[in-house]
Amino acid sequence: MKNNIIKKGFGGNSFLLFVTIAMFLMMYGIGLTLFHEQGFGTMQTFLNMLIDNAGLIVAAAGMTLVLIAGGIDISIGSVVGLVCMMLADLMQNKGVDAMIAIAIVLAFGIIFGAAQGWLIAYLRLQPFIVTLAGMFFCRGLTAMVSVDQIAIANPTFLGIAQSNIKILFGATVNKRGKLLYPFVHPNVIIALVAIFAVWYVCKYTKFGRSLFAVGGNEQSALLMGINVRKTKFLTYVLNGFLAALAGLVFCLNTTSGFVEQARGFEMEAIASAVIGGTLLTGGVGTVVGTFFGVLIKATIETFIRCDGTLSSWWNKIVLSALLCFFIVLQSIFVIWRARKKS
Amino acid sequence: MTTRMLRPRDIFRQQLFLPIFALCLMLVVNFIVTPTFFNISIKNGVLYGYIIDIINRASELIILAVGMTLVVASSKGTDISVGAVSALAAAVCVRLLGSSYDAYAVPLILAFLACLSAGVLCGAFNGFLVAKLKIQPMVATLILFTAGRGIAQLISAREINEKMVPGQILYVRMEHFKRFGGFFPHVVIPTPVFIALGFVLLTWFILNKTALGLYIKSVGINQKAGRLVGLNSTMIIFFCYVFCGVCASLAGFISSSRIYSSDANNIGLNMELDAILAVALGGNSLAGGKFSIAGSVIGAITIQALTTSLYAMGVTADQLPVYKAIVVVLIVAIQADEFKRWKAAYRLHRKMAKGVAE
Amino acid sequence: MDDSVVLSMKKINMTFPGVKALSDVDFTLRKGEIHALMGENGAGKSTLIKVLTGVHTMDSGEIHISGVRNAVINHSPKDAQRVGISTVYQEVNLCANLSVAENIFVGRHPLNALRGVRWGEMNRKAREALANVGLENIDVTKSLGEYSVAIQQMVAIARAVDFNCKALILDEPTSSLDEYEVAKLFLCMRKLKEKGVGIIFVTHFLEQVYEVCDAITVLRNGELVGRFDIKDLPRVQLVARMLGHEFDDLAAIRVPDYERLAQTSAPEIIRAIGLSHEGTIKPFDIEIRKGEVVGLTGLLGSGRSELARALYGADQPDTGELFFKSSPLKAHEPIDAIKAGMAYLPEDRKEESIIGELSIRENLVIALQAKTGVFRLLPMARQNELADKYIKALRIKTPSPETPINQLSGGNQQKVIIGRWLITNPEFLILDEPTRGIDVGTKTEIQKLILSLAGEGMTIMFISSEIDEMLRTVNRLCVLRDGMKVGELNNVDLDRPKVMAAIAGGKTI
Repeated sequence: MKNNIIKKGFGGNSFLLFVTIAMFLMMYGIGLTLFHEQGFGTMQTFLNMLIDNAGLIVAAAGMTLVLIAGGIDISIGSVVGLVCMMLADLMQNKGVDAMIAIAIVLAFGIIFGAAQGWLIAYLRLQPFIVTLAGMFFCRGLTAMVSVDQIAIANPTFLGIAQSNIKILFGATVNKRGKLLYPFVHPNVIIALVAIFAVWYVCKYTKFGRSLFAVGGNEQSALLMGINVRKTKFLTYVLNGFLAALAGLVFCLNTTSGFVEQARGFEMEAIASAVIGGTLLTGGVGTVVGTFFGVLIKATIETFIRCDGTLSSWWNKIVLSALLCFFIVLQSIFVIWRARKKS
Repeated sequence: MTTRMLRPRDIFRQQLFLPIFALCLMLVVNFIVTPTFFNISIKNGVLYGYIIDIINRASELIILAVGMTLVVASSKGTDISVGAVSALAAAVCVRLLGSSYDAYAVPLILAFLACLSAGVLCGAFNGFLVAKLKIQPMVATLILFTAGRGIAQLISAREINEKMVPGQILYVRMEHFKRFGGFFPHVVIPTPVFIALGFVLLTWFILNKTALGLYIKSVGINQKAGRLVGLNSTMIIFFCYVFCGVCASLAGFISSSRIYSSDANNIGLNMELDAILAVALGGNSLAGGKFSIAGSVIGAITIQALTTSLYAMGVTADQLPVYKAIVVVLIVAIQADEFKRWKAAYRLHRKMAKGVAE
Repeated sequence: MDDSVVLSMKKINMTFPGVKALSDVDFTLRKGEIHALMGENGAGKSTLIKVLTGVHTMDSGEIHISGVRNAVINHSPKDAQRVGISTVYQEVNLCANLSVAENIFVGRHPLNALRGVRWGEMNRKAREALANVGLENIDVTKSLGEYSVAIQQMVAIARAVDFNCKALILDEPTSSLDEYEVAKLFLCMRKLKEKGVGIIFVTHFLEQVYEVCDAITVLRNGELVGRFDIKDLPRVQLVARMLGHEFDDLAAIRVPDYERLAQTSAPEIIRAIGLSHEGTIKPFDIEIRKGEVVGLTGLLGSGRSELARALYGADQPDTGELFFKSSPLKAHEPIDAIKAGMAYLPEDRKEESIIGELSIRENLVIALQAKTGVFRLLPMARQNELADKYIKALRIKTPSPETPINQLSGGNQQKVIIGRWLITNPEFLILDEPTRGIDVGTKTEIQKLILSLAGEGMTIMFISSEIDEMLRTVNRLCVLRDGMKVGELNNVDLDRPKVMAAIAGGKTI
């Protein structure tokens, strides 16, 4: 069947990226004016956004990869929840050393990613169904590990989690005249390293470039000599690893595991990617945009928190509305393009 | 129910073979685990027994599965917002009814219609995105999948200290309301069974007494051909999503009546996977086209039977999804084209090896 | 192998289940030669190309390529590329979301020491590759999708050529290009010709073949008809060879069952003025009166189906007006055409007519049901009655009306589709290649059916590649070429030589 709809490459993403960054700066600016009293303008507020959303940064980066390759993974949230629970259980109930526990969960991520990847790439099942099953599978597994909340008390882990890394600018002076430097936690560092690595893979490695080809036009990619199945498979393996890493980073923030954790996380990851300019149809996307997508989501949350009158349920609704807006925009654009061509 | 006559029995059997086989399997397993499984008695004036319980609890799933069947058949996609829409519709209904012990704040019939309207609106939203804007169904319904419960929480607000605080669990105290999820006086069969039965019959009527069933199948099998013979595939697909929304809201109504409250977190939880599973177990291809409502109904009952046996074996509600996820993947894998190709290649390979040996 | 020959294929045989696609076909391509490969549907053109490029493996035969000592067998497009055979398809098989430069280098990006992509070098090399095919001033960092199809095709050619190809296959490259873009493409082809690249030009556009090619190979029914130098083969001879008739058969064999005069007194059924659809059919006028059987003919790809589709509304016409029974029919979908009294049997049975898993009965009544409306379901008794009636009348071989249509043979499937439209009692019936891919016995049945329907006063538009078939049944013939209606033939002029001359156009000798 001939496909006459030709997707626009968004001029190398630069235009859409510009829009996303502009939107973020605009929202931040609004926040500065509205919520100045609540300390919106401090460096720490911005850094808190990073600390609270480090896990999302990693997960959204993985999601961006999968979306670029033309697939989707809605199991990410459940994997994060499961990983947190596994870490808590391993360290608290089974007395495993922190580093070994971390290694175990990362290995789990890779294996789980490989399982999903095999079903999608080689058995050619629909990614949505497979990852939907994966989502329920992991959520149920989390309950099997433990129904109660487990708080992590492992000193090594907590040490990593709570150590403050001073940032040497943007300091504020508190009421007693003492200079307070803003800080971040190591989880932010991990997240930033991860997203940089993903950026490099996308831009400079053959594997990364083949993701774009496969996502843009699978048929053409095949004819151009790319091993489509292997590429798709590896995408999900890498994504599984990143999901587990996201879980680790997330856990460093919450230092506990419980059944309902990270529910809806996949939605936030998809929203961040889409708002950041990743096309749901595949072939187009950039982790830089995704990063700003996460920041936009964080800004919305901070707004709602600072405002104090709106319930936190509005977070999900506003994010869904934004996502809906961008999805509709993308599809209208595709339809408009198709009509122009024919 | 298939829109053709009973003559070619082999085809009939082929379509419903899987669901009936699965159901029998489940019943046998249940019987093994619980020897009193098939016992039915009358206690306190109502029917009592495991079988009754299964069909009762399967009612919401049956209704959801019917809606999902049409969505899958016409658009080759799935609607994963059904659980959230159930919760949303339930919240609308309960909020309107109020929590007085003496009277409904709004007549029940109006609240019920409002509940269904919420379902229609959500279905129309999904349908517009999928049919008109041609967005992938999974992605389109992902929006309500997330936003739905949030909106339900906002609707479930109660006045506390002179402020409306959302995120509450609202209760309906009228005894009358509980009848829809429970029993009507002097009726031995649970009400949800009646509602489900009535709804399935209504659906059968719509699909088989109008040309709609034929249209949905045609559009699902060959959309191009459908257009050239004069069908409006956009409207047909849109209708299926609206219908699915109505199903979700009806299921939400029943659920809220059972617990005489609206719990936006738990109503319809995990039901989307169950509904997809029911459709797949019913022998319906997830790639669209021909469908069987009867198959989905049987599939829904089978899943409820599966749930019951898992409970009996000590699995908790939170852990259920693990097993269901495995079953879904197995069924979808067996149905997959690629798997069939492997089977054919394997058979050819075996034949050639035998041929060489001889 | 001769030094001047780039590619030589000898005695190629290829069989698919049930059909012999290629029988002892030879093909030779010289260096710097632009060689057209032509043939109608089922001739074997695409099979020959697929064998050459490794998509299919031939049953027997030899392929030799200059510079490679032994015979070559390609098992995949990658193999073909490695020995110097590259293909550019009609659906430009590139990725529109990647940049122009990257499209040229996918799979072989220049890498640095860290195995990272060197973008600067890639862009530079891309510009060089494009210059080689005559494409200058293209921003190679922009995404491919931002450029027109013509440019995209040239990028695809640049990619193919960059692989150091000796033989370049262009598969229907001009179908979506305008005249200016075609000229640019030809310039590019001539440039490659100078470099010694051999080009296989697969097309159905007669004028273009005579403009740019040096030689033509004609296939018919899987067999080689012949290889000709362009100067030795006038147009009409080419058409004759493609359609399988010898030109010197001057004895006009018109076999009318009865004399059918044009009925100028009959009411007008359909009239189109300046109707066109962008990219497929240029503005045309047509007027058809009640009871006429009008044939559309021309080579494959000349726009016959597209004309019919524009009339029916299957493709929305972009310009022009349409009148059905003297009332205007504006911007219409198929349902409007059906309600007005039109019926359309599409050319591609499988993709556009057959609703596979549904029963014969359901396939038969679906159009009538759509006409009647969704709320008024045709009663089952009536459906069965109609099904039985038409199964009998059309002699459809089936165990029962409930058998799924995909279990029937091609001929019987086609009968069901014809039945589907007859059930709607149309006033104007369009049949696009109704006898293609059908056994001889059923073919004759269908032809007789058309005659009897016409005899009863139905207005019919009949599209076919087989001229004899049409000469037997029509009383007027519209000729199309290269996407345009070029003429009409009536009554006395309806003999084979005149028809072929009209199809071929240009100088007759």
